[in-house]
Formats: sequence, structure tokens, C-alpha cells
Amino acid sequence: MTAPSLTSVRRPGPRTRARAARKTKAFSLNALGVLVALLTLFPIFWMISTAFKPSQEIYSLTPRLLPAHPTLGNFSAVMSGQASGIGSVWLFFRNSLLVTVSTVVLASVISLLASVAVARFRFRFRASYLIMLLIVQMIPGQALIIALFLDFNRLNLLQSLPGLVLVYAAQALPVSIWMLRNFVATVPRELEEAAAVDGAGSLRIFWRILFPLVAPGLIATSIFSFITAYNEFIVALTFLGQAHSDYTLPIYVTFFFNRGGAQWGPIMAASTLYTIPVVVFFLIVQRRMTSGLVAGAVKG
Amino acid sequence: MVDTITNPSPAPAARPARAPRPGSAPAARARALIRRYRLAPYLLLLPSMVAIALVLLWPVVQVTLYSFQNYGLPQTDGAAPVQWVGLGNFTSTFADPEFWLALRITVLFAAAAVTLTLLAGTLVGLLLHQLGRVMSGIVGTAALLAWATPPVSASVLFYWLFNPDGGLVDWTLARLPHWLVGSTDWAGFNWTTGGALPAYAVVTLLVVWQGFPFIAVSVLAGLKTVPAELLEAARVDGAGAWHGFWRITFPLLKPIFLVLLLLSVIWDFNVFTQTYLLTGGLGNRDEFNLSLYLYDKAFTFPPSYGLGGALALILTVILLIITVGYVRASVRQGALT
Repeated sequence: MTAPSLTSVRRPGPRTRARAARKTKAFSLNALGVLVALLTLFPIFWMISTAFKPSQEIYSLTPRLLPAHPTLGNFSAVMSGQASGIGSVWLFFRNSLLVTVSTVVLASVISLLASVAVARFRFRFRASYLIMLLIVQMIPGQALIIALFLDFNRLNLLQSLPGLVLVYAAQALPVSIWMLRNFVATVPRELEEAAAVDGAGSLRIFWRILFPLVAPGLIATSIFSFITAYNEFIVALTFLGQAHSDYTLPIYVTFFFNRGGAQWGPIMAASTLYTIPVVVFFLIVQRRMTSGLVAGAVKG
Repeated sequence: MVDTITNPSPAPAARPARAPRPGSAPAARARALIRRYRLAPYLLLLPSMVAIALVLLWPVVQVTLYSFQNYGLPQTDGAAPVQWVGLGNFTSTFADPEFWLALRITVLFAAAAVTLTLLAGTLVGLLLHQLGRVMSGIVGTAALLAWATPPVSASVLFYWLFNPDGGLVDWTLARLPHWLVGSTDWAGFNWTTGGALPAYAVVTLLVVWQGFPFIAVSVLAGLKTVPAELLEAARVDGAGAWHGFWRITFPLLKPIFLVLLLLSVIWDFNVFTQTYLLTGGLGNRDEFNLSLYLYDKAFTFPPSYGLGGALALILTVILLIITVGYVRASVRQGALT
């Protein structure tokens, strides 16, 4: 056996070395990427994994990553309403869906009108209006909640879903208008003028020309108001009080969580069900949303 | 007149070149009025103004009034008259050590959370920019999922992860060597009732986990606008990656970083959902941040809307000062054009 002499090994030329360095760099970057992705996903993975575990595995002294005997028991306990004691998860799903969809529709209509005004007309107070939106958007919910609670109590709108819709739609407006006006501004005026010359009425121009062209923007703002309404916590917590049958999903999960008794399996099943729709929604609209939200947030 | 104003017609109502429809005289008169006084934009703004005024502006006015009154249950029931107490609510707030503790917690938490979120977000943004298409798609999607998780789900989930009874974190920490994790008895360590520091360590982790994706995506969007030739030129001149970032990328992205910084400060200053759930409802007074302190004053029996109002005003003023910075940064970026 001859020991390879050091000198006989061809020394890598500068080009091979550069390529090797690039390869190492790409490899370590990818490894870092995998690490970041795994760390980021882990909590969600753990929520889903717990939701499928029977209780002896949840409280076992040595936790396992994956359920050894996966079960749907936690989900059926949540769906039958037996675990929370205040009703099936579907009831709260329905409440959340009603509130969210109504908020999106109301906020979209109102913010479309306002954004047309801001993007199409030059008028007094235009700049003041825009700055007002920016400032109002920053008023914390905690600062409003006392007066809102007392007002809505007087109006008999506490413990009701319409009351929530009213608050959520108004809260979604500043950002929606702010985002939507950019989309309206990109619709060429000439299109509308041409249609007007051809004898189209203002309603027709609106529905046939402006609306289809602004639709992508409306989707972006709808996503925003959807998330605002679906996730909202403090107003629902304060307004709904003990009105169990009107609870939205976050308040239902909170109630469940506060009840104690350490029902982590059913609680994780309920949170999983609460999380799935919004996550799926995010994934579907991924590209549009990131660009839209970034445009809304970073540009203004 | 009133009828015509409360009837907002859609966008280009002010457009000329259209004869009024025959047979609808009031409508035609309305249209003429709208055109003559250029009312169209105001009519279009009306619904949004009404909604914003009723739900966002009027409550601020009311809360301001409450903050100078002895407003509470007897006053809402009409059992006792509303009395003006001047600055009484403010002086008793400033005399309360719990207020100063809550303020300190709020500021320290915001400082830690903002710094860590911006740092993590920027690093991931830079990473996403360097990665290939497939890998950046995977990391981006993972980040998106953390971002999309509703705060209530995320808080409950972190509570479970850090639960002393069966939680994964305590179990793991108890099995790590002492030189790494300190000699605390981690098995059964209670993060919720162990004082402000452990509770807010969990909240910080949660807020960073949910907050870094937005920063990363925004930084990535900014990085794509940095001309590659500039960085290439710097590299030819012998600048390393570190130098290239601080000398070229960072100055170009400064406006974006400013807006992200201000937004993060505002968000983390305000955090309620996560602290409410992770510090045990309103059960641990030594773990209140300003939001919890306010909520407790206003809604825990006996409710004092006056004290709550004073706190709401204090919170709003602090945030408005930050917001002025945000508005100025936005205007400087040409947001009003």
C-alpha cells in the first residue's frame, strides 16, 4: 500500500475552488432554510399532533412527536359539544362565518365608494381625510372599547352579531380605503370617458368598467377585512359576555381554554379547526396577499 | 334637500354629456345640484365618514370626557349623578404603583419584541433573497403559516407548549444539561404564574414567531428593488457581504425599515390578546401590561370607566406620538400622491 504523497494530489485550480465555495455556500444556505422552515412550522405541527393524540399520550411522561395511536376522539368531542359544554364547534363556525362575510361585504362597498372619491376627485379636505385615516387606524381597540361597550349597551347591540359586524367593518375601513385607492387610481380615466361618450350611464360605467378592473384590489382588501374580523378578540370578548350561543370562534376557544380541566386534546382540536380556514385562505391567495399587504403597509 | 344628500350615487355622477332621464324631475334636480356644488366626492365619502365617526372617533371623544368624570356603574344606572373630577383619575393613576409596573412591562416588552422581530425578519428576508426558487418557496410558505395562525390559536398553543403539566418545553429543558439552561428545576416550571419575566419571555417568543414573516416579506420586497449592479460594483471593489449590506442595501431600504419599525412599536405596545391569554386572564396583577391594566380598571367589578378612560387617553396619546412619526415617514415616501 503506497501512501499517496501530498504532492501527487492535484491542487485545485482557482476556478474549481470558487465553484466548491459556491457549492458550500448554497448548501449551508439551504440547510439554514430548512432549519428556519422547521422551527417556524413546529408549533403548528405540535398543535395538530396533539389534536390527534389520545389523552394518555398527551399526558405521558415522555412526549412523542407523532401520535402512536392517532384518534379522532378529540375532534368528535369538539363537534358534539360535549367537551366545551356550550355547544358544537359548528355553531361557532357559523357565527364567525356570518360575522366575517358580512364585515367583508359592508367594508368593501363602503371603502370602494370612498376610494373612488379619493382617487378620482380633487377636493378640499382630501389630504386631511387621508391623514385622518392614517391616524384613526392607529387608535388602539383598548382605548375605544369602554365607550363602544357603553354605547352598544344603550343601543341594545351587545351580545349580538350585527353589533360586532358594525365595529369590525368600521375598523377595517381605514386600511381598506388606503389600499383600494391605489387600485382605483391605476384604472385609466380614458376608459370611463370613452364609455361616457358612447352613452353609457354612470352606473353602467361603474359596473362594466371600473368594477372589473378594481376587482383584484377588492380581493386584497377583502382579505384584510376577513382577517380582521375572523381574528378579532377584545371587542368580541367584551361584547358577547355570557351569550354563549353568539360566541365567535376565538371567544369559543378562549372559553374552552379558561374552563380548565386540562382538556388539551379537545382544545387543540378546536384551535386546529379554527386555524384551518384562514390558513387555507392565506395559501390560496398567497401571492396577491403579500404584494397587496406590503403595498398597503409599506407604501402607506 | 336632505333626501338628495343622503342618496349617494356612484362614482362618475358628476360626468357631463348626459341628458337627465325624462320623468324623474327630483332625481334630475339632485344630479344638477351635485354637479353644481361638486358634491360627488363628499357623497362618496359620506358612508365611510359616518362609520368611522360613529365607531372610531366619537368613542375617543366620549372616553376623553369619561376620563375627567367619576363615571362608573352608579352613573350608567342613573343612581348617582355624573360628577366632574378634574384631573382626579389621572392623579390616582399616577399614584398607583401598579400603573408604573404595567408601564415598565409594556415598554420593556415592546423594546425586546420589536428588536427581535425586526432582527429575525430581516435575517429571514435576506435568506429568502439568497435562496433558490424552491427553497425560498418552502421557507416563505412556512413563514406564511405562522403569520396566518389566528392570535388566539397561537396563544393557546404556546400556553400548551409551555404548560408545566405535560408541556413540551419544560420536558425538553429538564433533559438538557445544567450548564446550558441554568440550574432551575425546569420540570413543572410554571411560565404563567412565575412573574412577569417568564410570562413575557413566552409572549415575546410568540409575538416574534407571528411577527417576523411580515417583516421578512416586506424586506424581501425591498431587496428586490435594490439594483443588482450596485451590489456587483461594490463586490468588484472588494466589499464583503456585510459591508455591502450596511453601505448599499440598508441605506436604500431605510424608509421601509422606518415604517416597519414604527408599525412594530405600535403593534407590540398594544398587544392584548396574547398577554390576556398567556398571563392567565386578568388573574396575575403583577403581569399586567398597560392594555390589561386598562381593561381590568374598566371592566373588573366595580367598573371604573373614568379610570379606564384616563388610561385609554394616556395609551392613545403615547401611540399618537409614535403615529405622527409613522405618518411623516409615509408622507415622505409619497403616500399622499
